[in-house]
Amino acid sequence: MTERTITVDYLARVEGEGALKVRIQDDRVEDVQLKIFEPPRFFEAFLRGRSYLEAPDITARICGICPVAYQMSSCHAMERALGMKVDGQIRELRRLLYCGEWIESHPLHIYLLHAPDFLGYPDAIHMAKDYPDAVKQGLALKKVGNSLMTLLGGREIHPINVRVGGFYRAPTVAELRAFRPELEGAMKLAEATVHFAADLDFPSIEEDYEFVSLRHEHDYPFNEGDLVSSRGIKVRNDQWEDVFEEVHAPYSNALQSVRKGGGSSYHVGPLARYALNRDHLTPRADQLARAVGLENVVRNPYRSIIVRAVEVVCAIEEALRIIDQYKRPEPSWVEPPPVTQACSGGAITEAPRGILYHHYRLAPGGLIEDAKIVAPTSQNQKRIEDDLRHLVERSLALDEPALTEACEHAIRNYDPCISCATHFLKLELERH
Amino acid sequence: MPEARKPRLGVFKFASCDGCQLSILDCEDELLAVAGAVDIGDFREASSAVLEGPYDLSLVEGSVTTAHDAQRIKEIRAQSKALVTIGACATSGGIQALKNFADVEEYRRVVYARPEYISSLATSTGIADHVPVDFELRGCPISKVQLLEALSAFLQGRAPNLPNESVCIECKRRGTVCVMVSHGTPCLGPITQAGCGAICPAFNRGCYGCFGPQGTPNTNSLVAELKTLGMAPPAIQRLLRTFNANAPAFKAASEAVIAEAKAP
Repeated sequence: MTERTITVDYLARVEGEGALKVRIQDDRVEDVQLKIFEPPRFFEAFLRGRSYLEAPDITARICGICPVAYQMSSCHAMERALGMKVDGQIRELRRLLYCGEWIESHPLHIYLLHAPDFLGYPDAIHMAKDYPDAVKQGLALKKVGNSLMTLLGGREIHPINVRVGGFYRAPTVAELRAFRPELEGAMKLAEATVHFAADLDFPSIEEDYEFVSLRHEHDYPFNEGDLVSSRGIKVRNDQWEDVFEEVHAPYSNALQSVRKGGGSSYHVGPLARYALNRDHLTPRADQLARAVGLENVVRNPYRSIIVRAVEVVCAIEEALRIIDQYKRPEPSWVEPPPVTQACSGGAITEAPRGILYHHYRLAPGGLIEDAKIVAPTSQNQKRIEDDLRHLVERSLALDEPALTEACEHAIRNYDPCISCATHFLKLELERH
Repeated sequence: MPEARKPRLGVFKFASCDGCQLSILDCEDELLAVAGAVDIGDFREASSAVLEGPYDLSLVEGSVTTAHDAQRIKEIRAQSKALVTIGACATSGGIQALKNFADVEEYRRVVYARPEYISSLATSTGIADHVPVDFELRGCPISKVQLLEALSAFLQGRAPNLPNESVCIECKRRGTVCVMVSHGTPCLGPITQAGCGAICPAFNRGCYGCFGPQGTPNTNSLVAELKTLGMAPPAIQRLLRTFNANAPAFKAASEAVIAEAKAP
């Protein structure tokens, strides 16, 4: 009987801290553990007793990579709790801010975190020695996303302009129009990025995923839509808890999400959004996907790098559309009604890494009584373990370093944000 | 002649959102130049390559919340010629320092998932509570301009030239009308350190203190003014207790405002 263990103590090029342990016995994978040891920060605990108006700024601090997602899911959840309707140009500005986050976050992953795996470098700095143009292109594209967030949100990390009901200040028409040339430049870079990604070499692997994302009646989803899956889920976007649940594995500081009942894993993020909303891609994004031969449903997790690139084109096109039809909303937010009775509400929006669910219960007066936040990476965690199990079973002939590297690459296919995944654990106090 | 050794840089993470480290990667125009001027010895968020210490400069993000991390920061300090903390978590414990104020029993009443799997200290504290720190970059998140200034300064062996005046000064320079005086919006600008560029007042909202207390904050005077604007003591306490809740000046003022309200 032979036993092999693959251990990666510290995953690099992911956001946050995690480790991996795979136990193999007699050519069978006995156990796969994606360990998340990012220290827990207890957001749900200290949101209790805070005003509902503080949730967007506080929850943004769960993740410096996708703060807009946290601001958006918290605003929509509060607005649902209070029965508010926010639409028109404020809705458009929210989509525009989300475009900025995708245009920043996807190129960060494509060029700085993911491409080095395909091209055989430890990081983008080393890669830049042989591929200077590609890395510069990635940085330039990412910068446009950051500039858009700064224009609309005040700064790129933890924007300050978002409030329940809308924005503290809406940009003027002239301010947004002046940004058009930068977006047009970004479109060229994004188109080149689709080709760059499509030209990489991919292992020929397909996984049988249950894809889960939002689906809106006519838009590629950012803020709104039903919660749907490739295996028949279709519920309102505040009904996450009807179809999914969280479980706690002993080796991890993050909860994992599974399908209720069967306990199976599922897949959120670009592959899922694309598979379930292929018909809602913007025209240029649709053309490019066809031009590089991207299948309508992508089941090869390595090819997520192409889907991210297509989504960047989609976000830029959508940003241009919003800017062209923009009229400054006056006032820039819908005033929330007084919170006279207890109420509750939930909402999902599409973070770059997949669906982000928030649910809050408010007391009369507007203080938060209970908060639940389910991040995309905690939803993908079990699915990542399933991918790893299959990968290791296929790759038993590889030596230790090669197999370890292959496992890390498979994890980075998901652009995991471990900081996000670890925000929520309840506190156990150690007293000295 | 052998090439002169480049300074070795380490970037280390404790409890945080990763945003301050991301600020390094967000220096899109300068990133390749910075990477050319130093050897990146350890920066896990960006690279799988690791060079052994010692490090000429270590940037530390995040707060200390576990016994393991309290030990790890000592090891990093021992390996670092200079240690600069980046951001509010590393400086004052961050938003997660709100647990420092929590009633232990109240936390115990929270329904645990499987608490036996988790271990965590009762407090979240800044890096300087554990080891000597050479410089603290404030902010939630830090400012890219300040980060580049601090990097240049340490690589050139000089002190960083960064202000510790209040956000009010930046507002005046920016030409923003005072939100508190002109439309009665509560604002922490007078007691908060400059560095962000006074963004919030330029977007019609009050400062909420991302950069922590400035050098000589007159918190009593500001709290009195916030009361005049109609804010109740619990709301003032919440305003002072966000991303720098554990910074001494904000902490003391947040405790005093409730103690005074309770006094007969």
